[in-house]
Amino acid sequence: MSSNPRTLFEKVWDSHIVKAQTADTPAVLYIDLHLVHEVTSPQAFTLLRERGLKVRRPDKTLGTMDHSTPTTPRNELGIIPVVDAEAAKQLDQFTKNCQDFGIPMYALGTENQGIVHVIGPEQGLTQPGMTIVCGDSHTSTHGAFGALAFGIGTSEVGHVLATQTLMQYKPKTMAVRVDGKLAAGVTAKDIILGIIAKIGVGGGTGYVLEYMGSAIRSLTMEGRMTICNMSIEGGARAGMVAPDDTTFNYIAGRPYAPKGEAWEEAVAAWRTLPSDEGAHFDAEVTLNADELIPMITYGTNPGMGMPITGVVPDPDNAKTVDEKIALDKALRYMGLQPNERLLGKKIDVVFIGSCTNSRISDLREAARMLRGRKVADGVRMLVVPGSQRVKAQAEQEGLHEIFKAAGAEWREAGCSMCIAMNGDQLQPGQYAVSTSNRNFEGRQGKGGRTFLASPLTAVASAINGCVTDPRELFVPEMA
Amino acid sequence: MEKITKFTGRIAPLPINDIDTDQIIPARYLKTTDKQGLGQACFFDWRYHADGTPREDFVLNQPQYQGATVLVAGHNFGCGSSREHAPWALMGMGFRAIVSSDFADIFRNNALKNGLLPIIVDEETKQQLISLAQEDPETTVTIDLEAQVLILPDGRSVTFPIDAFSRYCLLNGVDQLGFLLSLEEDVAAYEASHPQRVTTTV
Ligand code: SF4
Repeated sequence: MSSNPRTLFEKVWDSHIVKAQTADTPAVLYIDLHLVHEVTSPQAFTLLRERGLKVRRPDKTLGTMDHSTPTTPRNELGIIPVVDAEAAKQLDQFTKNCQDFGIPMYALGTENQGIVHVIGPEQGLTQPGMTIVCGDSHTSTHGAFGALAFGIGTSEVGHVLATQTLMQYKPKTMAVRVDGKLAAGVTAKDIILGIIAKIGVGGGTGYVLEYMGSAIRSLTMEGRMTICNMSIEGGARAGMVAPDDTTFNYIAGRPYAPKGEAWEEAVAAWRTLPSDEGAHFDAEVTLNADELIPMITYGTNPGMGMPITGVVPDPDNAKTVDEKIALDKALRYMGLQPNERLLGKKIDVVFIGSCTNSRISDLREAARMLRGRKVADGVRMLVVPGSQRVKAQAEQEGLHEIFKAAGAEWREAGCSMCIAMNGDQLQPGQYAVSTSNRNFEGRQGKGGRTFLASPLTAVASAINGCVTDPRELFVPEMA
Repeated sequence: MEKITKFTGRIAPLPINDIDTDQIIPARYLKTTDKQGLGQACFFDWRYHADGTPREDFVLNQPQYQGATVLVAGHNFGCGSSREHAPWALMGMGFRAIVSSDFADIFRNNALKNGLLPIIVDEETKQQLISLAQEDPETTVTIDLEAQVLILPDGRSVTFPIDAFSRYCLLNGVDQLGFLLSLEEDVAAYEASHPQRVTTTV
């Protein structure tokens, strides 16, 4: 081990090397936790069967159902009916795969089921210093705990199932420094939308990001997860935050958290993880939290974002031809004019959910703004908790009553309209303010148009029926 | 896996930056449990109107580009999700290589594991290929994996980067899993010296 100052990323990387990188082969990393869901795993299990292989470490693997699952209400038997035959087949196959290979799995509607990136942290499975992978690009979420976590393809899902290892070339590191204090009404989501607008959707390609600075330190774990979640939208496979007391307090007492003496040992080890003084980063970007205001996207990738008070950029001012083409195409799809303001733009749907913003704190914030108010006529608002546990917690706190009283739909847990695989989708031409992470063409339903924003912006927009700056509707006790 | 050494094919131009995997294969087609038939869903929402009729202005629907095996696309191709359905769909549509100035990480990884070559060229070469394909759809390029070059119609060769391991696997038609399986002893040794903390099966 070198005595040079190392980054958080390097420490986690170094401690997971099974075989070092050579001129002929990539490094082979040991994987501490492999999360599996129904959509990106079937072909990997097929590979195992074809080759007569077992899952090497089912005890380091966990399955959940989330992507293609319905979020419609339960029937009289307390069961969530799956009406889509293809989805039903995929879910059955997933159940069989987990059973055959001995993998614990959270089935649809059961107590712990939920979006894969919500349940890991919720169960205390996501811990500092671990390597975590999943056949899902938003695995970067788990980096909020100081884990090295990233999305992999289905072939790699097969590799990890069979060997508990993964081939990787060592990525570069980028320090993302966010100093200052967020103003009231400005949230973690606005920070990450601000960062992506700055670096672009490909700006992080080849890098692992480490988010640092006073604004990151003062965020809750759920805020840090929101930020790390969208690292992939800047092209980075992983984003990390150094663990601190906020991290440890969040993990303490969760079902899979270490207990007693093991806890003390774990925390002592975790305290050695933060980047050393003077550690080298290959690149650095900064964002001033003091100056940040609520952000919103106007285009068809998450990098096409702006302060909510801004105007849609004019393709004629684009720096390159490619950029002009992309912007023209995006505005045509979005039905927007150059120099148009988004504030006041009429909307059809508001979606509160996804692995970016469906945790209990997101729902609490949303409910606090919505309390005593109504969703505007003609606006459909869906609230989709990230997990069954989040749902139960919210119901215990009465949040669901606030949502329902306001006219919003309170649904079962899952990915839902973030990816629109399960029937929760926009109709062609509809505008949505969504707390999810992708505004790609058709992402929320063919022809649907997505404005990505924070839960506060989404709720404020639901109340007014148009894109609204949440600071206008700000409730003082929310500060 | 089939061995890949050298092939020649016609090119289709798709000069759009940041083509994301939701365009390459919309999520509603991910409810499959195998890899078959995804070619029909490739670029579905760009290929078809809401009523199911083909969009004639979409380049891959135009007769002159049918049978093209090399797609030349804008930078950061394949951004977004980790779905390996994206390379499966592109291959299902008949593509053997994608040429761009830059690829999203996960897409590139996934493509290499399936024998779909992600070929990175400089901006100028990319633009040249796009113009050539637009002017003459019969234009062909040769991709020589052994020599790691893309050969343009004027005979100019452009070297492209590819990691030694992926290249070896593709040239020999072996999948990458075999290498990991051969490391069983190393993995066991790692496990023995790194006691685990987290267990999902309690
Ligand atoms: S909520 Fe959306 S982004 Fe997150 S895992 Fe599900 S589909 Fe992917």
